[in-house]
Amino acid sequence: MEWETVIGLEVHVQLATQSKIFSGASTAFGAEPNTQACAIDLGFPGVLPVLNAEVVTMAIKLGLGIQAEIAKQSVFARKNYFYPDLPKGYQISQHTIPIVKGGHLDISLEDGSTKRIRITRAHLEEDAGKSLHEDFHGMSGIDLNRAGTPLLEIVSEPDIRSAKEAVAYLKNLHSLVRYLGICDGNMQEGSFRCDANVSIRPQGDLHFGTRTELKNINSFRYVERAIQYEVERQIALVESGGKVKQETRLFDPAKNETRAMRSKEEADDYRYFPDPDLLPVRITEKQIEEIRQHLPELPQQKHQRFMEQYGLNTYDATVLVSSGALADYFEAAVIASGNQTKLTANWVTGELSAALNKFDMEITQSPVIATELGKLVLRIADNTISGKIAKTIFESLWNQQGTVDDIIEKQGLKQVTDSAAIEALVDKILAANPDQVADYRSGKDKLFGFFVGQAMKESGGKINPQQLNELLKKKLQ
Amino acid sequence: MLNKSIAELNHALHTKKISSVELTQFFLGRIKQFDTELNSFITVTEEQALQAAARADAQLAQGTAGPLAGIPIAQKDIFCTQGVKTSCGSKMLDNFIAPYDATVVKRFNAAGMVMLGKTNMDEFAMGSSNENSYYGPVKNPWHLGYVPGGSSGGSAAAVAAQLTPAATGTDTGGSIRQPAALCGISGIKPTYGRVSRYGMIAFASSLDQGGLFAKTAEDLAWLLNVMAGFDENDSTSVAHDVPDYTLTLNDSLKGLRIGLPKEFFNPSLDKEIANAIQAAIKEYEKLGATFHEISLPNTALSIPAYYVIAPAECSSNLARFDGVRYGHRCKNPHDLEDLYKRSRSEGFGKEVVRRIMIGTYALSTGYYDAYYIKAQKIRRLVRQDFDDAFKKVDVILGPTTPTPAFKLGEKTSDPLSMYLSDIYTIAVNLAGLPGISVPVGFIQGLPIGMQLIGHSFKEARLLNTAHVYQKATDWHTKKPEGF
Amino acid sequence: MSLTADDVKKIAHLARLSLPEEEVALYMQQLSPILHFVKQMNQADTSQVEPLSNPLDLSQPLRPDKVTEPNQRTAFQAIAPQVEAGLYLVPQVMEGEDNYVE
Repeated sequence: MEWETVIGLEVHVQLATQSKIFSGASTAFGAEPNTQACAIDLGFPGVLPVLNAEVVTMAIKLGLGIQAEIAKQSVFARKNYFYPDLPKGYQISQHTIPIVKGGHLDISLEDGSTKRIRITRAHLEEDAGKSLHEDFHGMSGIDLNRAGTPLLEIVSEPDIRSAKEAVAYLKNLHSLVRYLGICDGNMQEGSFRCDANVSIRPQGDLHFGTRTELKNINSFRYVERAIQYEVERQIALVESGGKVKQETRLFDPAKNETRAMRSKEEADDYRYFPDPDLLPVRITEKQIEEIRQHLPELPQQKHQRFMEQYGLNTYDATVLVSSGALADYFEAAVIASGNQTKLTANWVTGELSAALNKFDMEITQSPVIATELGKLVLRIADNTISGKIAKTIFESLWNQQGTVDDIIEKQGLKQVTDSAAIEALVDKILAANPDQVADYRSGKDKLFGFFVGQAMKESGGKINPQQLNELLKKKLQ
Repeated sequence: MLNKSIAELNHALHTKKISSVELTQFFLGRIKQFDTELNSFITVTEEQALQAAARADAQLAQGTAGPLAGIPIAQKDIFCTQGVKTSCGSKMLDNFIAPYDATVVKRFNAAGMVMLGKTNMDEFAMGSSNENSYYGPVKNPWHLGYVPGGSSGGSAAAVAAQLTPAATGTDTGGSIRQPAALCGISGIKPTYGRVSRYGMIAFASSLDQGGLFAKTAEDLAWLLNVMAGFDENDSTSVAHDVPDYTLTLNDSLKGLRIGLPKEFFNPSLDKEIANAIQAAIKEYEKLGATFHEISLPNTALSIPAYYVIAPAECSSNLARFDGVRYGHRCKNPHDLEDLYKRSRSEGFGKEVVRRIMIGTYALSTGYYDAYYIKAQKIRRLVRQDFDDAFKKVDVILGPTTPTPAFKLGEKTSDPLSMYLSDIYTIAVNLAGLPGISVPVGFIQGLPIGMQLIGHSFKEARLLNTAHVYQKATDWHTKKPEGF
Repeated sequence: MSLTADDVKKIAHLARLSLPEEEVALYMQQLSPILHFVKQMNQADTSQVEPLSNPLDLSQPLRPDKVTEPNQRTAFQAIAPQVEAGLYLVPQVMEGEDNYVE
């Protein structure tokens, strides 16, 4: 039987605020345990939550970024359950009335087409603390630094049909939240966490199968592997006459498998009710409009513009807009290059990206600044240097040995374009290799490359290749 | 020093007739003398009080002292006080030394008032008799065999016995007005949002409101001037101007429209209380007020609605008491569930457990709509009743309680009958309105109270209405014998 | 409205209250009349009424995104039942049973 995979994703985006969602404690990562947990985060008696203005702005930005409806009034509720890293015995979250409703994100499929993934909702909530399992005389340690960190949970419709689509959706969302400046996107530190609801159904069937919820899939690679494994598991299970059980499963990257978590007994009785310590969040059209005015250009818009304005193909445009910083770098380099769009794109996605990858660096850490890379491209375009020499210069730039023009000057790398000088060199080489000249003239065309090589070697690669070709052809006739 | 109003104490302090240290020692002495019997304090902070008094004296000497500087006050043990045990009347917090001050405490400290100690109360403010305290019941100074009312019973008894000139309280369903009535003193529950709840241990967040006890409405006005106001740490505190409540105390009542809800004057009301209220009505007529019958048709339903909403909120508010970060923790828990269950069951008293159970049930799957949502709908009806009434009248008048104080132990085995005694006070909390109770007579030596209810943020009008009445009568000057 | 023994046990567990077997009947007996009493609410027709969860008809106030809270771990943990290395200690939470916030 042909099976269809149905996937819905729930992404927890940690909002990049200075302070927590309901308290003035810092959200910085990696502090000593419980040094960033104030009386409110610790759920001390009598303390009260006050909402951070920035989280509301950030949620609105996300809503605008996915063309969603921003609720004029949203309500915080309490989700009640006991857990040691949940200090109040409830999590404050938006339940029945979230701040963002509807919306969508478009993803590019492998065949070049575009698919729209609908988004159900996005709501604000607080994060929990952490349980540390190192053995303290048979006990666990609780660190509440993370408790109260603002999260925006973004829930998709079950529109995703494969692990690859899931990854494409996540990458787009990841890029979007960083563009909007609402999340640092750091997956290792848990700033962008994903759960996947996965089910299968016979191809063509309209009913959804029973789904499992996959957790601990906090890298794009894990998402793909975990979903692939889970789909295969479900198919094997159903085809051997079994039934999928609705449960939460944990991905184990070491074993590359998912396994059932022990379920919380009363998982379905969270006794939600509106938090009486917080009033409804009311948002005016004016507020939304003001935020809309200051919204940066978003990945999809930028992608479109890069193709139109710079004549780039969809692949280059996709790579370049994957992060706002990379796109900004490219645009600055294009200006410095004298508008050499295609060549600049090649250098950014080629040489530069390779070097960054090799040293595991971000574009913002690049030792080669955008204007210098652009200048390098300009010097290729205006025939000051050859493409080959440019690679040498790039290395010097990377090692911070000066500016493009300095390096050309100091290392004498300027391309030779003086016809008389080139002609003298060609004459010298032809005179030194009479046998090869004779062979060439008798029909061994392949020897042309030999002469080019000799000339380049002699000149240290500095001769303009086009001029050299023309002259050689003329002289060898 | 006895029988002095806050204004008189202020005058005595500012004219150096007495120092704050002397005044403080005087009240500390009375606490030592009488409180073994009354049990109105859980903690007496003698040392800190004398230090605060000395600071106030310095301010008085320098001429930098505010109007309340140097005057003693007692804090209900529900308000967190930095470095001082804040028990909330519970074994759960018997070892809890608060690491911060409640906003209300901060405000009174900043005004130079001297905290004498923390007063006894029903555990987590759940109760109407002060018999639910881990620290034992408080006795009514008018008759030691009777309850002082609750949940702020310690504050009310301490003011009535003049162990302190004033005390704070909290009122979730009548916990200031009812004990004020039963102890023969004045008590105000301000509009929800008027006084900060920050650092006030929550019972039912949408109903709780801090307030005050004193001998007279005039004293309440002086104190409310400092207590009321916006707090950026409380999302439900309102940025509404705080008038000087003392300025309008003596405004004429001529033309004041007072509403009498017909539902308050039904056959279940004690005859003698009804007579006392009638006498007060006559007094007000002499003062120029006019009376109008009004209807608050959903009054009876306010009790069932309250006993869903308050327990629902409390079941969630009290989840934080889990033995992990502070408070009582059971010995040698063998797993997490054991830690939670034993710590909580050992730390909470019976009434608290009952309310947590009712609230948990009302919020649970399958019952939420029938209980919680239904109660919130009734709540809107109750609020609507008041909104309609205040289109016709300025103030609503009635009894504070259906009976005078009852005997210690009389209702402890029947929680429901205890709940029903809140009939006149509860609707006011559901609607978030201000209410005040002032002494209006006695039945067999036990005081009874009259409740005045105002529209939102009309505390000045309530205090004025009560003060003018107190100028014309002397119920508020009566004192229990033996203190 | 009468509570069964199972209801009482379930509620007690949800609220993490220990309930000795001998007290189950007592709570059934005490809580049932209260639940029966609150059912009086059904006397009111509320089909056209919106619930009111807070008496204030206002919008949630917002605070600026600033770090205002200093580290007070020492003071906070001075009153904690059991701490070590700055952590609050509780009976073992099994690995893989982490509270994945949903």
